[in-house]
Amino acid sequence: MTHDEIVIAIKDIIATIAPDEELGNLAMDVRLRDQIELDSMDFLDIVMELRKRYGVQVPEEDYMQLATLKGCVDYLGPKLESKKLVTHALKA
Amino acid sequence: MRYDAVVIGAGMSGLAAGIRLAQAQKRVVVLERHSLWGGLNSFYKRAGRRFETGLHALTNYVPRGTPGVPLTRILRQLRIPYEALRLAPQKGSQTAVRLGSEILRLEYSNDFARMQGSVARLFPAEVVGFERMVAALPGYDYADAQALAVGARQRLGEFIRDPLLVQLLMIAPLFYGSPTEHDMSWAEFGVLFRSIHLEGMARPEGGIRGLLEVLLERYSKEGGELRMRCGVRSIRHERGRVLGVQLDDGSELETDQVFSSAGLVETRALCGMERAHDEADVGRLSFVEVCCVLDSLPETLGHDATIVFFSDGLPLRYQQPPDFVEPRCGVLTCPSNYLTTSPPQEGLMRLTCPARHASWVGLEPHEYAAQKERAVEAMLDSARIFAFDPRPHTLYRDAFTPRTIEHFTGHRGGAVYGSPRKSRDGRTELEGLSLIGTDQGLVGVVGTLLSGIGIVNQTMLRPTGGPR
Repeated sequence: MTHDEIVIAIKDIIATIAPDEELGNLAMDVRLRDQIELDSMDFLDIVMELRKRYGVQVPEEDYMQLATLKGCVDYLGPKLESKKLVTHALKA
Repeated sequence: MRYDAVVIGAGMSGLAAGIRLAQAQKRVVVLERHSLWGGLNSFYKRAGRRFETGLHALTNYVPRGTPGVPLTRILRQLRIPYEALRLAPQKGSQTAVRLGSEILRLEYSNDFARMQGSVARLFPAEVVGFERMVAALPGYDYADAQALAVGARQRLGEFIRDPLLVQLLMIAPLFYGSPTEHDMSWAEFGVLFRSIHLEGMARPEGGIRGLLEVLLERYSKEGGELRMRCGVRSIRHERGRVLGVQLDDGSELETDQVFSSAGLVETRALCGMERAHDEADVGRLSFVEVCCVLDSLPETLGHDATIVFFSDGLPLRYQQPPDFVEPRCGVLTCPSNYLTTSPPQEGLMRLTCPARHASWVGLEPHEYAAQKERAVEAMLDSARIFAFDPRPHTLYRDAFTPRTIEHFTGHRGGAVYGSPRKSRDGRTELEGLSLIGTDQGLVGVVGTLLSGIGIVNQTMLRPTGGPR
């Protein structure tokens, strides 16, 4: 996956768990929970979907790394390098 | 057979727990002793008609997308679109009290201004105190230990000087979910007042049955397994750890995580860990409920309130009555009085009053039927006072008692709101055994769904595995 695809992958997961949120204008370097309504229960679900879709395990101590989209790209980049993008909620 | 998790009971909390576990790709089975799902919020068929149990309504009603509130959170966690519930908001409800020859009606709807207006009309001197009370209400998280330790009546009295208004404000929250008689904690009052008054009430268009179907569909889509007519005889454990469950037919399922919605005392019994104080931990509140099918809609008979919480005289007798039933207080609801897009074909009135479980057990069938008739007649006399008399319009009626409730929910004493002792973190003396549902202490349909979700999240979905 490219970095752009990782952003799509994360947005698709958020669209799956929070279908009512508007995701078009998410800034890369602002905390996700400051831009949309996401609580700690929702973060569990993001991690759960990463495991289901891409087999990626995120240990609890690394949750902070996923706070922004940029953080997601930096942290997940190496882990998702060889994976293919999967989308469920967003139209390609 | 080995499972990652076993859930006891296919009620609201069990199904919600099952969905969360299946979503996380856990191998999970939900076990239900009866042939119908739903537990305390269920439905049944009599004389070709379907009847529902429970209050026919959801509290915590908010418009689609309202952030940070229970309904939005459960829908998101269960991945159920808001539209799937097809919620019809209430028209308007009331707390009605007869004092002498006068009936005082505190009115409210999903627009809080209506309640504020009603308070201002009935108690002009209390407007400021009422607003201060609302601003001071504890939140949904039960995080405030002090609020759990102090009684709601006492705290209300600190804001509101007129004891009559204090009494009126207690009635709906008590009937909506208090496992304790007369009073509840300020923390519980906060949750219930928010759920009923600050948010509101609505009815799924398909009724409770429609809501259960949505949950079942989600559960099976996620790959969860459901076994009906499959009761649990015991929970097996060794050295403080869960090993599995034994079913009524003697077969065993292995697992190290059990989520039980059976109730606190009932779950202890399943573990063979009865306690001397078990009797005291059985809830004292049960109910007789009657459903009258009518030849006309209540609205055309001049009654358009959605729910009426009533008390003939004060103080309110929210308690176990000395014998069969307490007809002078209760809840009266008309499922056609919601703002629905598919108007019902038949009118329905449902009436629920406190009852004494011990009076109803052990009666011979003819005596049981006769007592039930007597109880229902007394209850319908109250309906005549606070709404209308359904008897001249009744095509068919059916009633059930604490005995029925105990049989179908497995809750001892037919205790609808479970034990007064709650396990708010869901933990038990055994590792791998969690309580969900009524005795975890969240009330109402939305609360109990949240209970199943929250306890599963906390015990199994954290990546490090163990609880917290």
